Amino acid sequence: MTTEPAVEISGLVKNYGPTTALAGLSMRAERGQVTAVLGPNGAGKTTTVEICEGYRRADAGTVRVLGLDPVRDAKALRPRIGVMLQSGGIPTSAKAGDYLRVIARFYAQPIDPGLLLAKLGLTESARTQFRRLSGGQQQRLSLAAAIIGRPDLVFLDEPTAGLDPQARHATWDLISGLRAAGSTIILTTHYLEDAERLADHVVIVDHGRLVTEGTPAELTGTQGQLRFRAEPGLDTASLLAALPPGSAAKESPAGAYLIELAGSVDPQLLAAVTAWCADQGVLAQSLRIESRTLEDVFLELTGRELRP
Amino acid sequence: MTEIVEGQGSTDWPAPAPGAAPVPRMVAAQAGLELRTLLRNGEQLLLTLIIPVLLLVVFSSEALISFGRGSRINFLAPGILALAVMSTSFTSLAIGTGFERRYGVLKRLGATPLSRSGLIAAKAVTVGVVEIGQVVVIVAVSLALGWAPHLTAASVVWALLVLAAGSAAFSGLAMLMAGTLRAEATLAAANLVYLVLLGIGGVIFPLTRFPAGMRPVLRLLPSGAMSDGLHSVLQAGAGLPGRDLLVLALWAIAGISLAARTFRWE
Repeated sequence: MTTEPAVEISGLVKNYGPTTALAGLSMRAERGQVTAVLGPNGAGKTTTVEICEGYRRADAGTVRVLGLDPVRDAKALRPRIGVMLQSGGIPTSAKAGDYLRVIARFYAQPIDPGLLLAKLGLTESARTQFRRLSGGQQQRLSLAAAIIGRPDLVFLDEPTAGLDPQARHATWDLISGLRAAGSTIILTTHYLEDAERLADHVVIVDHGRLVTEGTPAELTGTQGQLRFRAEPGLDTASLLAALPPGSAAKESPAGAYLIELAGSVDPQLLAAVTAWCADQGVLAQSLRIESRTLEDVFLELTGRELRP
Repeated sequence: MTEIVEGQGSTDWPAPAPGAAPVPRMVAAQAGLELRTLLRNGEQLLLTLIIPVLLLVVFSSEALISFGRGSRINFLAPGILALAVMSTSFTSLAIGTGFERRYGVLKRLGATPLSRSGLIAAKAVTVGVVEIGQVVVIVAVSLALGWAPHLTAASVVWALLVLAAGSAAFSGLAMLMAGTLRAEATLAAANLVYLVLLGIGGVIFPLTRFPAGMRPVLRLLPSGAMSDGLHSVLQAGAGLPGRDLLVLALWAIAGISLAARTFRWE
């Protein structure tokens, strides 16, 4: 096993006429991991993935995918990657099972199409034309086609878009299973829950640049919160005085108390809060310790204004 | 094929084992899919088989149009063969490819081990197989209607050569349209061109019935060259239709090279 990353991108620039899609993006995705590329609409996610897949050439910068140049070494790279496009890609009048069997014939050691259909709950739809499948079934067939050739590296562009909760969970299980079997997965999404559930590594891009990257824990764990409910009107100034320096305490709305701390909540803080409550004869209910969600981090970094 | 092993409540996926299949297997698989798709499509069958056979039956049985001397079916059969090849290699190929491009099918195939030349080969196989089927049906129906073609080993070879060259010329033009125009525009234009060429291609109206000044121009169009070549070989019993083959070859070279330069895959 080599330690070379699955994908290494450096200083990537791509313009579509006057529009800048990528403005010097650099990122890497390690082998055997799930890397989630997050960003608002128009951030450059799809452009990045499509450059990795060999569909587009960057105007500047370097891309190595499994150590290869996606355009120059396309012939060597194509059998090793699996691709799920954001939409379409399957002939509308092809039957689901027929299509998957044909794609399987492109590869040396494919997964059995019938078993794959069964795993994705598509057995009943095997004889249905693509255009008559539901949106979720179309997504799953597209996903099946991306992995049937047993690729080293799978690119999934918005794999859970438009899925119902059952189908989303099935997709999460599939991606986790592929990772456990040794595949590398790169997925773009704007569902932060996908990233929280699946990703070893999260890359947030906006305006064609890397905004931040790290594990979900690294991105969310920089600030801790402790919440509890009690009778309204407790003396928050007295509570604050009992806490370690650098803490903040407030009541909002009435009866809901929030204590924030730079860094994660530690046992000392929890002990200080419960000791203060005991001292005051207050029973703290629904007490819970939370870190920020990825969504908090995402909105903080990419802003709250709506994107086109 | 690898089985997915069912574990205790969880699924054990097979480890990565990438690799491309041999090229002939990929081409055969893709051609098979295209053929099955085509045969399931009612409009395509109407265009490639029902309309040519209908024209053959209707125009050979009624004196709707005067063909001059000779029997009607002896004039009609070669022209309908030309029309059938045109319907597959031009109209059907252009519309099919145009919509594949529009729905991202060509783009998605670009990320599989099937190369672009493999895809073109699969399309050529598909077009060829459909045309062989068309020729068999049209020849059978024509013979049943009393067709008496000029038949020698040479005339069969020349006729097949004209059909193949015509097919190449129309395929190039089809890919040129499908690769540059919007799918809807390709759909409209391909049907329109089919109708126009049906009218002025020497298929049901003999080229000799057009004004003398127009005839040389019509014979320079691929439809005119194809029907003229087939008529001269199968009806008049002439030798190698060199001029018509040259016209078709030039159309093929121009169409294919222009298509190769301008084709946009998405």
